[in-house]
Amino acid sequence: MKASTSPSAVVAAASEPSMLQEAWFALRQWSKLFLRNKLAALGLFLIVLWTLFAVAAPLVAPYAPDATQLEAKLQGPSGAHWFGTDQFGRDIFSRVIYAARISIWTGLIAVGISFFIGVPLGGIAAYYGGWIGNLIMRVMDIFLAFPSLILAMAIAAAMGPGLISAMMAVGIVGIPEFARLMYSQTIYLKEREFVEASRSIGVKDSAILVRHIFPNALAPLLVRITLGMGFSILTAASLSFLGLGVRPPLAEWGAMISEGREYIITGEWWLVTFPGLAIATTILGFNLFGDGLRDVLDPRLRTSRK
Amino acid sequence: MEPVLAVEQLETEFVTNGGVFKAVDGVSFHVHQGETLGVVGESGCGKSVTSLSIMGLLPKKIGRVKSGRIQFHGSDLLDVPEKQMRSIRGNRIAMIFQEPMTSLNPVFRIGDQLAEAIQLHMKLKRKEAMRHAVEMLRKVGIPHPESVAQEYPHQLSGGMRQRVMIAMAMSCNPEVLIADEPTTALDVTIQAQILDLMRQLQEEEKTSILLITHDLGVVAEMCHRVVVMYAGQVVEEADVDTLFESPQHPYTQGLLSSLPQLAGEQDRLESIPGTVPSPLNMPPGCRFAPRCKYRVEACEQVQPGLTDMGGGHRCRCLLVEKGVAR
Repeated sequence: MKASTSPSAVVAAASEPSMLQEAWFALRQWSKLFLRNKLAALGLFLIVLWTLFAVAAPLVAPYAPDATQLEAKLQGPSGAHWFGTDQFGRDIFSRVIYAARISIWTGLIAVGISFFIGVPLGGIAAYYGGWIGNLIMRVMDIFLAFPSLILAMAIAAAMGPGLISAMMAVGIVGIPEFARLMYSQTIYLKEREFVEASRSIGVKDSAILVRHIFPNALAPLLVRITLGMGFSILTAASLSFLGLGVRPPLAEWGAMISEGREYIITGEWWLVTFPGLAIATTILGFNLFGDGLRDVLDPRLRTSRK
Repeated sequence: MEPVLAVEQLETEFVTNGGVFKAVDGVSFHVHQGETLGVVGESGCGKSVTSLSIMGLLPKKIGRVKSGRIQFHGSDLLDVPEKQMRSIRGNRIAMIFQEPMTSLNPVFRIGDQLAEAIQLHMKLKRKEAMRHAVEMLRKVGIPHPESVAQEYPHQLSGGMRQRVMIAMAMSCNPEVLIADEPTTALDVTIQAQILDLMRQLQEEEKTSILLITHDLGVVAEMCHRVVVMYAGQVVEEADVDTLFESPQHPYTQGLLSSLPQLAGEQDRLESIPGTVPSPLNMPPGCRFAPRCKYRVEACEQVQPGLTDMGGGHRCRCLLVEKGVAR
């Protein structure tokens, strides 16, 4: 506790230092656990790196992403063009950096769609059960029965190619995963005594679901969000590669690979390699981070207080 | 005097894959203001189901009240719509559960949980509810209530948590408090403290308590009257002195003789032979007959009724009914 505060302030804030200390303790313990897991730290580093690139793209990229220099087309990596240039003389490094914006936005929006539709569906299905629960979960099963990329392709194709429909397609494909996770969490949590106790003091069902069950299910959902980011970015890039995502000339990793693939045969490997590496490192980052998060949030792996 | 809560001929049944069975079969009892009624019986005799029936908290789709009435201030709780029931729950009839370790939501601070309960039923602002919550914590004997209000459930001991649960149950001054084995999960020393606390709060607030327990020691200490349940039925009802001094039903006698005695020599504790009959396969006659050492032939065919023996002492036994000396 701070020694300089006046007595009345100490009384008013009597509980705060302990709360802060508590939060600080938890944070330190978490970070310790986390850093012990070197791979998770690497994952976090990759995520932070790509996010920074995306946010500060105009500052990092030496060229505009769609500036063409036909006299300098298909040049290999050099001091002027770190990752080389493509068939229109566009700087691949700049395009890869700008594409991070699209990929991270796609991931966020797609996971947002999956989360905000899937979690309520799963919670309602588990809490109320009966025919409504059955109906919801069987529909989710139908969605899960399709390979996710095929389903995303079908949805994206039905909505017409474009960035928005790619985001929505990937988001819809992710709904059942969130619904199933929330379903299993709710099934477990709704039988717990504290839920019965809050019913016994007259709390409404909807309030129990939102205020008591959801916060207790947050830890596994957080892990799912992180892993879902990686999945969404990969699926969105696949859609773009197949021509169902962004339209040229917008820079996007999947689309860049698609446009550059015919040059592999003629030896211009840099057109596909660098966007490919970008996809690989981003997804690696989210997956490593998600695994680490799962370890940290699993109470069985948490160390006791010292 | 009019009782605060009267349960009349309550029948609650459960639908399972094995069939429909009655967990509670024609149970009647009542509680007066400021009175503690003990409901005693072994596991599975229907005492918890009775309390859940009163609260309207039977598991949906599986459990249902088939017939009977639950009179609370002149209205039948079984007819009250769910919305109105919610305003009664926690406000006028509150409940304390057996497991203080898991009855609090692990992700919320103690103060927030108490304030939620208070805000539900009293038109109070957040800050006032919080102040009331701290006041309740002080009332149930929690030291430093301001800082405990900021703590999470896992930071408290079992006894402290049960105090918090009692604070939550008592926060809206309920007329009836249903305590379902409130001390079973606690240490013996803490048990005594919690029971003292309940008694003290009862004297202050004139609350009626329905104390559900299998612990006859707790009954002797806490209750004014006792209802003994066996296999979904009330088998004996009496005031606490009568019950301990002259129990009439063989089951009650068995329960009492299985208690360890401090005075005198005792080699072994007595036990009641046999087990409780399965609710799917009840004996046609007296439900206790298969385990009863006074059993006569008629016991296995005729269902005994409750015999009134005067002074509020009632007993469900054929031999008592016929006035046969055992």
